[in-house]
Amino acid sequence: MSKKRGSETPVEKLSVSNPWIPAVMSLLIPGLGQVVILKQREFGLKLLIAWLVIAIGPTLVMTPLRLSGTQVNRGAITLADTVALSALGIGVLIAAFAAVTAYRSAMPDSDEATAEAAREKPPEAALSFQDLRVSFNTEFSTVDAVKGVSFDVMPGEVVAVVGESGSGKSVTSAAAMGLIPKNGTVSGKVFLSGQDITTMDAAQLRRLRGTEVSMVFQEPMTALNPVLKVSDQLKEAMEVHGVAFGKDALAKGVELLELVGIPDPGKRIFEYPHQFSGGQRQRIVIAMAIACSPSMIIADEPTTALDVTVQAEILDLLRRLKVEINTAIMLITHNMGVVADMADRVVVMFQGEVVESGTAEQILMSPQHPYTRRLLEAMPKLHQAKPSATAAVEVSEEWPDQTQAEVDAEIAIEAKDLALAYKHRGKAMRVVEGVNFSVPKGEILGLVGESGSGKSTIAKAVLGLLDVDHGELLIRGRNLPSLSRKERKAVRKDIGVVFQDPAASLDPRFPIGEIIAEPMVVQKVGSPNDRKERAAELLEAVKLPRSVINRYPHELSGGQRQRISIARALSLSPSILIADEPTSALDVSVQARVLEMFIELQEQFEFACLFVTHDLAVVDQLANQIMVLEKGRVVEQGHKNQILREPRMDYTKRLLAAAPVPNPQEQRDRREARHKLLAAQGLNTD
Amino acid sequence: MTGYIIRRLLQFIPVLLVATLIVYAMVFLMPGDPIRALAGDRPMSEQVQAQLRDQYNLDDPFLVQYGKYMWGVFTQGDFGTTFQGRPVLDIIRQGLPITLTLAAVAFVFQAVIGTIAGILAAVYKDSFVDRFVQVSLVIVVALPTLAIAFLLQLTFGLNLGWFPIAGTREGFVSYILPGIVLAAVSTGIVARMLRSELIEALQSDYVRTATAKGMKRSRVVTRHGLRNSLIPVVTFLGADLATMLAGTVLVESVFNMQGLGGQVFRSIQAQENTIVVGIVILFVLFYVVVNLIVDLLYAVLDPRIRYD
Repeated sequence: MSKKRGSETPVEKLSVSNPWIPAVMSLLIPGLGQVVILKQREFGLKLLIAWLVIAIGPTLVMTPLRLSGTQVNRGAITLADTVALSALGIGVLIAAFAAVTAYRSAMPDSDEATAEAAREKPPEAALSFQDLRVSFNTEFSTVDAVKGVSFDVMPGEVVAVVGESGSGKSVTSAAAMGLIPKNGTVSGKVFLSGQDITTMDAAQLRRLRGTEVSMVFQEPMTALNPVLKVSDQLKEAMEVHGVAFGKDALAKGVELLELVGIPDPGKRIFEYPHQFSGGQRQRIVIAMAIACSPSMIIADEPTTALDVTVQAEILDLLRRLKVEINTAIMLITHNMGVVADMADRVVVMFQGEVVESGTAEQILMSPQHPYTRRLLEAMPKLHQAKPSATAAVEVSEEWPDQTQAEVDAEIAIEAKDLALAYKHRGKAMRVVEGVNFSVPKGEILGLVGESGSGKSTIAKAVLGLLDVDHGELLIRGRNLPSLSRKERKAVRKDIGVVFQDPAASLDPRFPIGEIIAEPMVVQKVGSPNDRKERAAELLEAVKLPRSVINRYPHELSGGQRQRISIARALSLSPSILIADEPTSALDVSVQARVLEMFIELQEQFEFACLFVTHDLAVVDQLANQIMVLEKGRVVEQGHKNQILREPRMDYTKRLLAAAPVPNPQEQRDRREARHKLLAAQGLNTD
Repeated sequence: MTGYIIRRLLQFIPVLLVATLIVYAMVFLMPGDPIRALAGDRPMSEQVQAQLRDQYNLDDPFLVQYGKYMWGVFTQGDFGTTFQGRPVLDIIRQGLPITLTLAAVAFVFQAVIGTIAGILAAVYKDSFVDRFVQVSLVIVVALPTLAIAFLLQLTFGLNLGWFPIAGTREGFVSYILPGIVLAAVSTGIVARMLRSELIEALQSDYVRTATAKGMKRSRVVTRHGLRNSLIPVVTFLGADLATMLAGTVLVESVFNMQGLGGQVFRSIQAQENTIVVGIVILFVLFYVVVNLIVDLLYAVLDPRIRYD
């Protein structure tokens, strides 16, 4: 069948001009011309696409007709060719027109702008925002993220930008790098060493990034490319700007790692990011940031994801580098302690506006704006007096003998010589060893330690998510390892749990009511109506309106979501609650309100609680007992006043010394005290 | 690493045995007498029939037949002979280059075009380019392979006369159309997979870090974005290279090529069981080896994965 037609085609092919040639030509001339000659890739591509539609479109449509090769369609085929040819003509005309206008508008404009910029602003400040406004076009509306922000960062100065999520502080910093996403519009001016970056094109901006301004990000775990060696990532930072190449770049990379305090840099530079700890990765990110000696470093929450002791080390490093390479730092944070430790001046942002600015001393010691005051009050403080430390729990100083004897019947969770292990390829890796504790009914035990200390592992074991490797784990007197599957399920009914990330621990497809009622469904408690009623009650208990019941998690804020998590944890009226860093993903003011509510609920429901956290100040507010863990072993345990005010062990002292306080004067003293302490313990003070 | 490879190679043995056993069983337990089929309408003496039955072990119990066959394959590399007396290895030797060339052309096409389309769609996300790529890929995936084959033969073979449409006589050029047909569906899958992976990678923190270093967008995409998003694509490509051999059965028939795929098709029709089994064993072996290579590539692309 097809052969017959094949014999006819060559004849036809000769008689009709091939329309593909003019069609493709009409594409190439205007489009590639834009791309290659005028270097306006975006416009050129758009032109290409437009011509793809206009010129190839008709030809494409006509191809089947051409292929069928019947005489009837001759007219149509000629029409297609005509369209394609005229498209070529129009294409060339438009290309010429576009070229002229583009040349006129683009070239002189940028020259004028830079000249204007130079005239307008004498280059004093390393970074200067003048009436910066940024708005984002979303699907439904326009959101003003930054509404007219002006401030300067002088050379060699540390300016802290403080505010909670949604205050626009991160957007402001992105504007300084020219990194505003495509759907954002920027107005106002941003000067970097006197150059206005808002008028620069992509290539000019690129030349500034890394050499004039560089950035240290919040998440050291994800900020480095996992599949490239550290050496490659460091080298490219220099090679991009022609600072050093090949072996020179490598040698300079080793120097940089040495400078930021990575031990054995000559060897470790060839390792991959996952072979470094979180703190070390942040050091590497900092090394990359200073590779081309920028005059300005923007640090966006550089220590938020790190442990307190690591945070103190990173802040020390930044402080040292600031002096050594004389760079200005814009430090974005929500931690007033970090501000007190680092900043010369402070800018407080709230809903896209600067509400207050001044020296660190002024802002922290005598805040004027109510929002600043609120922020400072919300910050949990370590050394405040705690009136609710009652006599009853004071007894437990000589833990555990006395308590155990007195309230033996009411012990909710008890661990005896507990050891926990993760299994990897059949081999057990002990991560927790020799842990003893007991939590009586109605008390909170704070588990404190850094990442990798095993605090979350213990919480997991209590939940029955991890098998006990050795020792006993008693939940209300019943030893978890010796129970059958069915009995364990029954025990779990008595345990509620709140996880760290409220966004990740609530199923986005479930309405709130069902989320709260789910534990009841799983344990087959009550009728659907009872469950609904209970969910509504719990919403009231966590201070959310009953109407929330039919809404979905994404419609709520982070703090509200964490309230939902707590309501879900309480839905079976458990006698035990496990809280794994429940407030560390929240803003300080939200954290303060959630903690307040948590204390109230605890008094009301009288559950025993295992509260896992890395924040000593939070434990101070909540816990009765504290257990300090390091690398899977208990360092110190006892009543919170003893642990926090009279620590006996070196590790606890280090932890306490590393927590910054929101008072510049006091923080300076604490910093020196910490350095002395570290020196006394024979440790590196970098 | 060496230990891992040895372990994996040892795992092949049961896989190969089970797979071949199933194929052998399916082919040899099929109804119909191959000797009868061979004879056709012509009369065949009892003696000749008995001799043939003996030669092909047709009177042995099934498992013994299988055992004898596999023994021959693995000790002497003897894949048996056809009923016409031609060694199967001969047929394989003749068809293998054709099929491998076809698979290679298809593989290169889907890897290159799929990757380019995926990158364009991801980098110019939500633009016209993206939509154009997506829509055309959906069309390609949705069209039956046969339809694509005939469309290409008609357009580029008959009307434009750019490529030959049947046989392999004109050398490499004759592999282009069948290669494209064989790769069409997978190209769409590769492009879509890479698009979503790359979009995710481009929003990651390390890409932001790279941008903040002052790197060009194109370099950020290729050096930082692409390498991370290629990992699942490579897995798919590897698995697909093996399944592609099954696809050659159709494509080689349509384009009248004398490769292994077409051979399998014709042998099934003619009940030439030894050929079917021989070729399928080869396909299984190929699949298993390719999978091992993919798993090893994985560790090269992602240093966090270590085999020990």
